Amino acid sequence: MNQWQRRLDYWRRRYDITDVVVWLFGLTILAVALYGVVRSLQTTTYDAKRWAQFVVYGVSQGGVYALIALGYTLVYGILFMINFAHGEIFMFGAFGALFTALALDKAEYWNQHPVASLLIVLVVAMVTSSAVAVLVERVAYRPLRKAPRLVPLITAIGASFTLQYTARSFFGSGLRAFPELDMLKGSVNVLGLEIGKSHALTIVVSLLMMAGLYWYVQNTKTGKAMRAVAENKDVAALMGIDVDQIIVRTFILGASMAGVAGVLYSLIFFQVKFFMGFVPGIKAFTAAVLGGIGNIPGAMLGGYFLGIFESLGPALILEGLGIPAPSQLKDVIAFTMLVMVLIFRPTGILGEAVAEKRA
Amino acid sequence: MAPILVARHVTKRFGGLVAVNDLDFEIEEHAIASVIGPNGAGKTTFFNCITGFYVPEEGTITFEGKEIQGLRPDKITSMGIARTYQNIRLFAKMSAIENVMVGMHPRLSLHWWDAVVHTPAFVRQERRVLRRAWELLDYIGLADWANHQANSLPYGAQRRLEIARALASEPKLLLLDEPTAGMNPQETAEMIEFIRKLRDDWDLTILLIEHDMKVVMTISEKITVLDFGTKIAEGKPEDIQRNPRVIEAYLGRGAASGLPTAQAADSAA
Amino acid sequence: MQATTWRSTIKAGLLTGVIALYVALTGMVLSLSKRPVVDKLSLGHVVYMLVFVVMGYLTARRSSWRTTRPALVPVQGLVVGGIGAALLALLPVFGQQVDLSWIFVTTKPNLYKFLLFNQESMAVGVAYLVLTGAALGGIAALLPILPEVLHQGLLYGAGFTLLLGVLSDLAQRTVLKVVLKPLFAYKGLKPSGALILFVVLSVLFGLRHWWLQRQRERSTMEVILGERPAWARGVQQGLLLGFLLILPVWLLNKDAYLNSVVNLVNLYIIMGLGLNIVVGFAGLLDLGYVAFFAIGAYTVALMTSTGDLGHGYTFWQALPLAVILALVAGVVLGIPVLRMRGDYLAIVTLGFGEIIRILANSDWLKPFMGGALGVLDIPKPALGNLVLKEEYQLYYLILAGIFITWFIATRLYHSRVGRAWQALREDEDVAEAMGIHLVTTKLLAFGFGAAFSGLSGAIFAAKVGSVYPHTFNLIISINVLSLIIVGGIGSLPGVVVGALALVGLPELLREFSEYRMLFYGIALITMMLVKPEGFWPKKLNVYSRPQDDTGPATP
Repeated sequence: MNQWQRRLDYWRRRYDITDVVVWLFGLTILAVALYGVVRSLQTTTYDAKRWAQFVVYGVSQGGVYALIALGYTLVYGILFMINFAHGEIFMFGAFGALFTALALDKAEYWNQHPVASLLIVLVVAMVTSSAVAVLVERVAYRPLRKAPRLVPLITAIGASFTLQYTARSFFGSGLRAFPELDMLKGSVNVLGLEIGKSHALTIVVSLLMMAGLYWYVQNTKTGKAMRAVAENKDVAALMGIDVDQIIVRTFILGASMAGVAGVLYSLIFFQVKFFMGFVPGIKAFTAAVLGGIGNIPGAMLGGYFLGIFESLGPALILEGLGIPAPSQLKDVIAFTMLVMVLIFRPTGILGEAVAEKRA
Repeated sequence: MAPILVARHVTKRFGGLVAVNDLDFEIEEHAIASVIGPNGAGKTTFFNCITGFYVPEEGTITFEGKEIQGLRPDKITSMGIARTYQNIRLFAKMSAIENVMVGMHPRLSLHWWDAVVHTPAFVRQERRVLRRAWELLDYIGLADWANHQANSLPYGAQRRLEIARALASEPKLLLLDEPTAGMNPQETAEMIEFIRKLRDDWDLTILLIEHDMKVVMTISEKITVLDFGTKIAEGKPEDIQRNPRVIEAYLGRGAASGLPTAQAADSAA
Repeated sequence: MQATTWRSTIKAGLLTGVIALYVALTGMVLSLSKRPVVDKLSLGHVVYMLVFVVMGYLTARRSSWRTTRPALVPVQGLVVGGIGAALLALLPVFGQQVDLSWIFVTTKPNLYKFLLFNQESMAVGVAYLVLTGAALGGIAALLPILPEVLHQGLLYGAGFTLLLGVLSDLAQRTVLKVVLKPLFAYKGLKPSGALILFVVLSVLFGLRHWWLQRQRERSTMEVILGERPAWARGVQQGLLLGFLLILPVWLLNKDAYLNSVVNLVNLYIIMGLGLNIVVGFAGLLDLGYVAFFAIGAYTVALMTSTGDLGHGYTFWQALPLAVILALVAGVVLGIPVLRMRGDYLAIVTLGFGEIIRILANSDWLKPFMGGALGVLDIPKPALGNLVLKEEYQLYYLILAGIFITWFIATRLYHSRVGRAWQALREDEDVAEAMGIHLVTTKLLAFGFGAAFSGLSGAIFAAKVGSVYPHTFNLIISINVLSLIIVGGIGSLPGVVVGALALVGLPELLREFSEYRMLFYGIALITMMLVKPEGFWPKKLNVYSRPQDDTGPATP
């Protein structure tokens, strides 16, 4: 048998009608999307500059997603569970930043020393997020580490709602305005492209944070211990690694990234509310899956990919299909993409075949 | 007698690691055979290839004349291959008798609408299921435990229940993955007897993975030795005991001098 | 159990304080203070005082001094409550100096006043608070060292007295008002009434405990496992059915409000029965369950509405289609996602639920589905000339829905499919190795869950008379999930218990609705940590030998 025959034979044996239905389903969506793209490009009224701006916006949004996605991926890599409450950890970071910024603003420090202020706010956000993450780990996850899979998943959902509505009760149900920063008003010109300063800042900071994280995981002792624990908890424990300690540090690391994301998000939108963690949380999870969950560069790549795709999507795909007010359907694009990835490449872009979990 | 299961050139890789390498294997109908080898030799991987959990990259596995490699596990079970697990995997929160009833799944045909309406055929089938489940529990001596949660059973009973669950699917070939692991000598001896009785009572072919050399040597009619995924020896227990390559694989290089005995092999396990 | 020390007691006290502070900061205390329970004691008081009571009680129950030095146990409770209250007192003391309200919106002067019992002098107020905390902690700590009968009797007696007090205005709308009238004030219990209820209920619960205890000692394993005689079960079921049939017109007096709450609970029961198949039987975590509810509701809305968007069909024509469409949606969504691992499933279904809501809300589909303005003018179902327009009439329609879904769920559970679902839940790989086709089995669970939800949604649309996209948000999915977990995963009576506790109670206590989600979140975590099997756990099925089984046990 040649290779193709063998492959065909393999498919025939392994898959049945439901798989074919799924692929047809996915292919239909793909075809519709492609048709939309072609139509959009034929009829578009946007010039190249506008498209480029969509991309820039997507990159900055994607940086935020990527930072949050890292938290999902880090925890998943080590505990093989989805930390559903991670979106809320991001939200608490933003609230930490908000209150610090408000205090600094009141003391008239905020606009006089913007760089120092931003640094302070970043640190406070990271600490707040980490504190919440450690609390959640301690109360809701650690006691259930050996329980059946469904159990920690349910507590994670419970933790997510508890945090969300705690924030609602504590900080109010309305929007809270984040104090504006004069330094970030206006835009900078990069290669003939006008980029809003807050977007530029977001892009730079997220890149720096991710580079730092990557270095940390690859080179420090804790990073190495993390990878050891991810590989095999029992063996790592035998090698003298305090597994609980490493898990806590992983949560802190992921939460710090989420805290930074919270600050950047607030600087783009200038508002903070209790509900803000939900949608970015799911999107970031999508990004993590997109890149291959458990894979750190994958989460970054997935974040940017999702950000750009989502920013371009409504204009590029939906307008061509003649859908009015396409930006309302932005979230639909992201979720559809998640389903498509899971249909065609469940391991994600960079994911290696997640070791078969079989017997 | 004709071989019931034939494997030819079976190879299974994980990334760069070759877990099973170009393995040829066959087992006669109504035989009891064993696959042995040091840890990580690829025994369980081979089992998983037979039962459809893994798809071998190369080679064919033929069961009763039909190629089965790559079929989904549930199809293979319906064809008549059942297995147990090295670390017992019962449906923990279900009762003992329910575990056995689940085992009958591939032999039942009626659909959910029969269940909702309680058609006469459904009522008959359920009565048959229940009767047979009790028979099986009687057979393995666990009738008293029928309504207890599976994970509350004593260890040895759980092992036997797993076998009963496998028997419920009316297999022709039964794969047992270390059936005596964790048992004391008394229990082990009983298990050996039980396996023989199984084969005779149910007209089965039995393939074992086993670590305990005493068990392997007493029970097997044929032994296949794997090391690093490759078959290094095959034959009757007496031949295997004398085979220098086997001793080397188990005890390391240099140990092959001197006459090996069953005891030596045993202590190696 | 760790050995009890004063240090661990103080730790428990600090934890008590943190919890009390948390409760105060959420604003629960003030917003519930308008509902009197007994005389001037409001639900707001009860909420934070319960923290001291519960913590004192738990400390005492876990105390190793209970057997060795029982006299010290109430002192422990005293300390725990006292420290807790002292920590709580820090909030008004500190908060009156520094304005915190720009962070915590609830920290207003009236909260401080309330916590300090409206005392002019702060010192007196703080003293009151600390003494109350200590007293409550100490009294609660007495319970576990009392004889079991007293312990259980007093515990349940106090609990149910409080519950009746909280629900007093509702209890007075039912037919029970004749009996209860003398005990109640306009709102809440009279002090004398509370005392009488407490004594009576305590005695009753004490007797019940004593009786159960005796039963347990007498009966052997066989009696517990053996079934009750058929006639006894028949009588029991007959009584239950009779009660359910006369409930809205007799006990609830045809009261529109109470019956509408009961109807809502019952709609949630239908949904719960469906999700129970998916999560409880088959172990698949579906967080987008609301989508099928929405599909059912929108189908009925669009088909029957007399408004611009409607097509003028009757409810009975729309109902089957609503169920079928929900089922089809379940299968269509199920096919791609059911091949995934459990935790992916949760997120994808979550996303799907959102997609349905966003689509219903979008301008794109507005010409067909009404966008954010929803679909109005949905007529009530009619049986011949009888239009089911009153809540107590709709009750019977919904009850019929419960019977049907309950029947189907039970029948399926006791069949090949039901066993396959459970096997799947326990161990997917082994289930597959037992010859179970994973995808079809999962699809079946998903389809039934979706169909039940569609049924519930269809009746919901007719009951409410209008549907809006924002009704169908994630919160409903979480509601249903929480209720089956609190009731007991996989247990059908558990669904009822969960729906009563998590839908009925918050619906009756309208002041509480703001904290509903918080409550669900905490309930999910606590249940998983403390009582993962739920309040009405699933019982193991008991199989007896078929009677005609005479042949020898041979293969």
